[in-house]
Amino acid sequence: MILTTLPIGSQGKIKELTARGKQRRRLLDLGLIPGTTIIPKMKSPSGDPVAYLIRGTVLALRKEETDLIEVSV
Amino acid sequence: MGLTAESSGINVLKDDFNIELDRNNPIIALAGNPNTGKSTVFNGLTGLRQHTGNWPGKTVTQAQGIFTYQNKEFTIVDLPGTYSLLANSTEEMVARDFICFARPDATIVVADASNLERNLNLVLQVMELTDNVILCVNLMDEAERKNIKIDIEKLKEELGIQIIPAVARDGKGLKEIKETVYQITNKHLITKPWKIKYSREIEDAVKKIVPILEDNLYNLSSQINLRWLALRLIEGDRTILQSIDKYFLSYRKSIDNIYESEAQTDGVG
Repeated sequence: MILTTLPIGSQGKIKELTARGKQRRRLLDLGLIPGTTIIPKMKSPSGDPVAYLIRGTVLALRKEETDLIEVSV
Repeated sequence: MGLTAESSGINVLKDDFNIELDRNNPIIALAGNPNTGKSTVFNGLTGLRQHTGNWPGKTVTQAQGIFTYQNKEFTIVDLPGTYSLLANSTEEMVARDFICFARPDATIVVADASNLERNLNLVLQVMELTDNVILCVNLMDEAERKNIKIDIEKLKEELGIQIIPAVARDGKGLKEIKETVYQITNKHLITKPWKIKYSREIEDAVKKIVPILEDNLYNLSSQINLRWLALRLIEGDRTILQSIDKYFLSYRKSIDNIYESEAQTDGVG
């Protein structure tokens, strides 16, 4: 499933990134590599972006980014 | 007055990076992720002896300043906050180009103690590019508040570089930073940063590429980390060769200028 559809509070594991080029590079630099655990913590009032707990830190990711991240539960 | 690498190097720094040089001060670069208190460290070290401008040709802010320690002056340049040196954005390119081509005498990377893992990405990238790296683990008070304990000694062992815990906001760690910079720049302290080893395929490719780079960049190979360059090429970085062209060209232009002015002087005198 894509990260966008992972419900708040449930734990997922990153499977792969379908993002390419600079976007992919940026996500990798932020620590979103296959095998990493990721937990959606909170949606912003408009629903986008969403705050994710990853590697001991909280990141805000937009739907256009989370659509390109495959996770398994 | 003869042609020296130093004199043409100084022209490059001034023209390409807008750095003002005072009488051969060591140049210190300050790098780090955004929100690590990097500016607090910069302000703590320089006080009022700083000014802001822009990186040449870019709308990215640049701050440079001076601090004195043991009667010696050091110029410190605040690089843009970046998560990476892999040139995905103007900020990253500015930071990378400065460390790679301006070749500061030391680079301090400021990290957030309560987000250390994410911050280490940049630290490792800087360590791959230069040996003269100092890690400042800032916001130690925040980490303590969150019950995060950091084994600085163990981290030093694993990374092979000097590590200074700090709470820059309270002035803690600043003296240690100056002392470490002083030791590194007068070669009393040699650091051996841990180097990342990649997969067999990548290492084999690097072995093939480095000799080609040596042949083609012969007079630059002592100035550019060729292994690092090979890795960037393998990664498909399109900008790095353009950057070399740009800085090499201006280096060459400085040399041409010096030859020209020497020739003119000889003509007159």
